[in-house]
Amino acid sequence: MAAPSPHRQSALVALDGVLALIAVILIVQMWLLSATLESYLRGRDGVVLPAAIVSGVLFLACLGLGFLAARVDRRARD
Amino acid sequence: MKTLRQPSREPLWREEFSVNAEDERYVTRRQFAKFLTLTSLAMFAGNAWIVAKSLLRKAPLYPATPIVRVGDVPVGGVKLFNYPTAQDPCILVRTAEDTHVAYSQVCTHLSCAVYFSDKAGHLICPCHEGSFSVKDGSVIAGPPPRPLPRVVLEHRGPDLVAVRMEQT
Repeated sequence: MAAPSPHRQSALVALDGVLALIAVILIVQMWLLSATLESYLRGRDGVVLPAAIVSGVLFLACLGLGFLAARVDRRARD
Repeated sequence: MKTLRQPSREPLWREEFSVNAEDERYVTRRQFAKFLTLTSLAMFAGNAWIVAKSLLRKAPLYPATPIVRVGDVPVGGVKLFNYPTAQDPCILVRTAEDTHVAYSQVCTHLSCAVYFSDKAGHLICPCHEGSFSVKDGSVIAGPPPRPLPRVVLEHRGPDLVAVRMEQT
């Protein structure tokens, strides 16, 4: 089996980094969702909207990282 | 027996499955990144759903409902009733001569019905051994994550009247 080119190897490392960042963001979002649900069930509605905004920002960060992964992938293939 | 296969450094299975393993791993990582991004969207959707539920939640109506006549329940005794609707079971406990307390009977863990243990002096959930203080409904032990909602009682003439519920 042929060894991957150095360019592709660096792309793989970049993809691993992106995946790790997305995973960390996802864990924060999971915690945020469970904490928000807990507060909502307690009847404390004050935190619900800020939590949703933060979750939305984290999703946009995930989306940005996803596009970054696609770009790294495209460059590695060119 | 003579075989037709030419001697090769690669094992036979690798010759037959000629997929480049590096490419395979590469595609898998991209797909995994997409999957994680979609999961992130699902988390955001969950938060948005809670916001929608919160905005649509109507303020509950708490009618003033007579529960029991003062003196009908002995000290250490209980009276079960439903408040604010017929689907909301509650429990009233007379803890002292002139002290009555009432809480939702629905355990905040998995919604089992709690009972008052005169021996322990606590409200007990029999499903998972959850224990609530009879003084204020706070969690003493076990898995319940929140205190029991308290029914606010008022003396009106000879009756004890439930007027609203409070999250403690």
